[in-house]
Amino acid sequence: MTQATTTARGSSSARPSDALPNETLLKWLHDMQLIRDFEARTMQMYQQAKIGGFCHIYSGQEASAVGCTASVNHDDPIVLAYRDHGHALARGMHPAACMAEMFGKLSGCAKGKGGSMHMFDKPNWLFGGHGIVSAQNPLGTGLAFAARYQWEVLGSGPKKVALTFLGDGALDQGALHEAQNLASLFGIPVIYVLENNGYSMGTALHRHTANCENLLDRARAYGMKAIGFDGLDIRNVYDHMKPLVDECRDLQRPAFVDMKTYRYQGHSMSDPQKYRTKEEVESFKERDSIANLAAYLMKPTEEGGRGCLTEDEWKAMQKEIRQTVLDAVEYASNAPDPDPATELATDTYAYPIKNLSPSEHYSHGAKNPLL
Amino acid sequence: MTPKEHTMTTAYTPDLSIITDEIHPAVGPWELPVFLEEHELPSRAGDRVIQFREALREAMSEEMRRDQRVFLLGEEVAQYNGAYKVSQGMLDEFGEKRIIDTPISENGFAGMAIGAAMMGLRPIVEFMSWSFSLVAADPILNNAPKMLYMSGGQWGCPIVFRGNDGAGGQLGSTHSWCVEGLFSNVPGMKMVIPSNPYDAKGLLKTAIRDPDPVFFLESERMLGDRAHVPEEEYYIPFGRARLMREGDACTLVSWGRPVHFCMEAAEALAADGVECDVLDMRTIRPLDIDSIVASIQKTGRVVVVDQSWPFGSVASETVTQICEHAFDWLDAPPMRVNTRDVPTPYAKGLEAVYLPNAGRIVEAVMEIAR
Repeated sequence: MTQATTTARGSSSARPSDALPNETLLKWLHDMQLIRDFEARTMQMYQQAKIGGFCHIYSGQEASAVGCTASVNHDDPIVLAYRDHGHALARGMHPAACMAEMFGKLSGCAKGKGGSMHMFDKPNWLFGGHGIVSAQNPLGTGLAFAARYQWEVLGSGPKKVALTFLGDGALDQGALHEAQNLASLFGIPVIYVLENNGYSMGTALHRHTANCENLLDRARAYGMKAIGFDGLDIRNVYDHMKPLVDECRDLQRPAFVDMKTYRYQGHSMSDPQKYRTKEEVESFKERDSIANLAAYLMKPTEEGGRGCLTEDEWKAMQKEIRQTVLDAVEYASNAPDPDPATELATDTYAYPIKNLSPSEHYSHGAKNPLL
Repeated sequence: MTPKEHTMTTAYTPDLSIITDEIHPAVGPWELPVFLEEHELPSRAGDRVIQFREALREAMSEEMRRDQRVFLLGEEVAQYNGAYKVSQGMLDEFGEKRIIDTPISENGFAGMAIGAAMMGLRPIVEFMSWSFSLVAADPILNNAPKMLYMSGGQWGCPIVFRGNDGAGGQLGSTHSWCVEGLFSNVPGMKMVIPSNPYDAKGLLKTAIRDPDPVFFLESERMLGDRAHVPEEEYYIPFGRARLMREGDACTLVSWGRPVHFCMEAAEALAADGVECDVLDMRTIRPLDIDSIVASIQKTGRVVVVDQSWPFGSVASETVTQICEHAFDWLDAPPMRVNTRDVPTPYAKGLEAVYLPNAGRIVEAVMEIAR
């Protein structure tokens, strides 16, 4: 396991995030604010019926997506559940491609064939949001299995680690348990990152998971390392994730993470949230990850901060992000719709041959805008 | 990490250069095998007689020698040498990194294999029985066949799922599933159901070389069937039915094990002077409707034989396509012979009547062939 031994401020407290340059933390702030602003605009667009179907908002959990993706390499595979806009942006997907996908446009990341729950970005090693709770856990295990196979059998790649994000609802699905058993048996370098926001849709954790106070014990029972920590503080996320990622990469072993976080919005856009109080939501907002990081970056170094951001610079950053998101909305609004003649029956088969269907003639569609 | 910066401009114009003859770029550079016409394939006659299970093993082993990305996983495939001895000896040759025993968790290992296929490997997943694949319905139906479409053409899923399908012999209802009716409903997948060792080998090799998810359905009842399988390498293209027997009174259409029932029935009918065309479809998605139509243009009558239940079955699909494409050539209503529409019974006598058999096929032919 590698641990940072020196820090930016020359102290010996050895928090991995202390070793990171100011620019990195400023980028985190930027990315978290981008997600926050993007999601606010997403809700607006949903209410205006520009976005259809189910739509799950990530606001409140930003420190998780940004902190976790910062802990892995760019070519480490990542797979997600359906609350996936935040991770897509954190991984580097262009906000315009993300918004256009939700608008169902041809220039969306999946050419309008995926929607809010299915964000894919191949150049950024993002293997999709997946709509069935826990379906992503075996898939992520397979991504890591393949990475190990490529390294070990084919000799064609570096040691990798895959991140598989899940919500606490997925804790109760057999797929997670089967995946964890396989990962530990086979020595698969995958980290199951539980973004524990306390609710499986509208059912509180203690009402859907037995012995929920001891989630780490479940993973340990499969013989894998398990750690739990507060996921609202992004430096804390990185401090825990980075050494764990390094260890899993080095040892080619799986791990489980119970990260306590909170979503500010309902499960989906149609959730009246009768299962929790306004006071509870407010209590988490007081610990807001973005406000906290901004405060830390503004606080002078002698007071334990970074002193690398002024109030005006922060406001300017927010303004710039606001414009970026507005541009994404404008881009999505003006983007072309997928033409049924060229898109409906395309990208169904990689090798379309005769008589695969009584009604369709399959072919390849327009090139994906991300490729 | 350095994310890839996407260039998104408001002047986006889609690249509509539709490619039809090439393999989709989502699966990366892809080399298809050379497909020969049926008459160019190595002879079916000869004395290199092997079992169906050995033909399957040869197909997998040859492809694994050719491409290190191909690996086999499933229950009992390695140390036990295969629950039905299909993978016998493969652990010795390829080692435990490529012949992988899994726990009994189909949902987990099927999903894992799909993730591995997205990353660029070429998994072969053995289901001891397709009956057990039902607990893996989500990954094999919701992920594998839809990945290319849902990702907007970014990721394909080159994977083979194979195993025993259909009644084994008094296994009762839960172990006797014919999944073809259910699973072939899903676009994005290909489905192969061979009836003999020669085809099984050539089709499985094609399945492993195919860039789409292929569902390969074997039959426990046929794994011991013996036939000549040539030494030399050959690939059988998907979507080409094989004419097993010729006649002008009626067309019998089937796939997998019931092809043998059709041959039996055709022989019995021939004794009464009723000669039938017997078509072995070999793949049902794609379904070679062209060969069926060509035969009906000669016979004017057709019986489709299918060992899955009748409601919403492959037989109903086939009959529908026949009506769409050959209605004017039909001199009698198209018939279908399925299993009886009840859960699979245990008792030997009940199971025999439940399955399609030569007697029921003869009856169906006699009903229309006058």
